[in-house]
Amino acid sequence: MLNEQQIYDILSEIPDPEIPVITIKDLGILQRVEIKDGNCEVFITPTYSGCPAMKLIEDQIKEALADKQVGTIKVNLVYSPTWTTDWISEEAKEKLRKYGIAPPLHSTVDKGVLIGKAKVLKCPQCGSQNTEMISQFGSTACKALYKCLDCKEPFDYFKCI
Amino acid sequence: MTKQEALFNYTLRLGDNALILGHRLSEWSSKGPLLEEDIAMTNMALDLIGRADALLRYASQVEAKGRTEDDLAYKRGERQFLCNLIMQLPNGDFGFTIARQLIVSAFDLCLYEELAQSKDETIAGIAAKAVKEVKYHLKFSTDWTLRLGDGTEESHNRIQKSFDDIWMFTAELFETNEVDAIMVKEGIAPDYNNLKARWKKIITEVLLEATLKVPADAYMQTGSRKGVHTEYLGYILAELQYLPRAYPDAKW
Ligand SMILES: [Zn+2]
Repeated sequence: MLNEQQIYDILSEIPDPEIPVITIKDLGILQRVEIKDGNCEVFITPTYSGCPAMKLIEDQIKEALADKQVGTIKVNLVYSPTWTTDWISEEAKEKLRKYGIAPPLHSTVDKGVLIGKAKVLKCPQCGSQNTEMISQFGSTACKALYKCLDCKEPFDYFKCI
Repeated sequence: MTKQEALFNYTLRLGDNALILGHRLSEWSSKGPLLEEDIAMTNMALDLIGRADALLRYASQVEAKGRTEDDLAYKRGERQFLCNLIMQLPNGDFGFTIARQLIVSAFDLCLYEELAQSKDETIAGIAAKAVKEVKYHLKFSTDWTLRLGDGTEESHNRIQKSFDDIWMFTAELFETNEVDAIMVKEGIAPDYNNLKARWKKIITEVLLEATLKVPADAYMQTGSRKGVHTEYLGYILAELQYLPRAYPDAKW
């Protein structure tokens, strides 16, 4: 029978369904594993309340453990502590940038005033800071849409929360 | 009323508000004025439906009668819903949707920041998450209120009319009853009377910046705390609940 750490390590390899270059552990979605009475409980936290990938992640967790004889597998959604982009490691941020997604700045940067200008972001393709926001809301709940005014490419920004 | 009954009722109210406004916003899917705005509104809908899912699940656990979050969303009639009337109103034009979103997002920010300090850990956890999302909703609706209010004569007049028309539904957001008294006493929810000043300040700041007038308080519509709703709620539920009612064990 695998112990909690071994199960955690297996689950650490699961890629995020929407950004497959980083794992659910890199993103901070995978919280912890507990074994109780020979059954396995996995705790995950959503990035956004309505993140549609959570169900898929739950299925991926069950699939990854299906042949590992860990008893019943229960996946629990937890809301506390609240997920923040600050949990994304520097290494994972670099992977995001290479994938073409501008990584989140520190969460304190986004706590702007109600009526204010959008912050300056570097284009992940050419590094130019001459970029502008197209929309606060992008292709998934966790992203905003920007465009680069130099290389003209649009890009996603993993917004801070 | 016991504490458990009050907590169930209160959590249901929060969940129903998120569910019905989320459903309304989702109606903009594929109908937004610009692709980006279409995506923005469906993203906000997703945040709200996710919040509703968490809250209704918690409500079902508090009730402990074997109903699930899906039972609560799909198997109650409109008289059992506790969502505010403002959430039920048809979307109208884009400006009307924005006016409602500004009013509700500002209310949600004031409320959920307080709920994040709740003595009830589950409510506090869900609320802390909601606060982060609501800030984006408020930013979005603020930007558009400024753009429409301080835009053309046509856009100015139309969004002003939207705020004027919707104003009669704002007081109900702050209404309290026996449930609130128990929630406040238990340290679970804030006193809604204390939220109003801050909400009004946010709305006033945005409207004045957008060259709009803050409507004067006049007749205020009410009813949702007693389960007396607008005529629109039944139609929303007919669409929202059709599939699970027609095919009770359907899985998707
Ligand atoms: Zn560029």
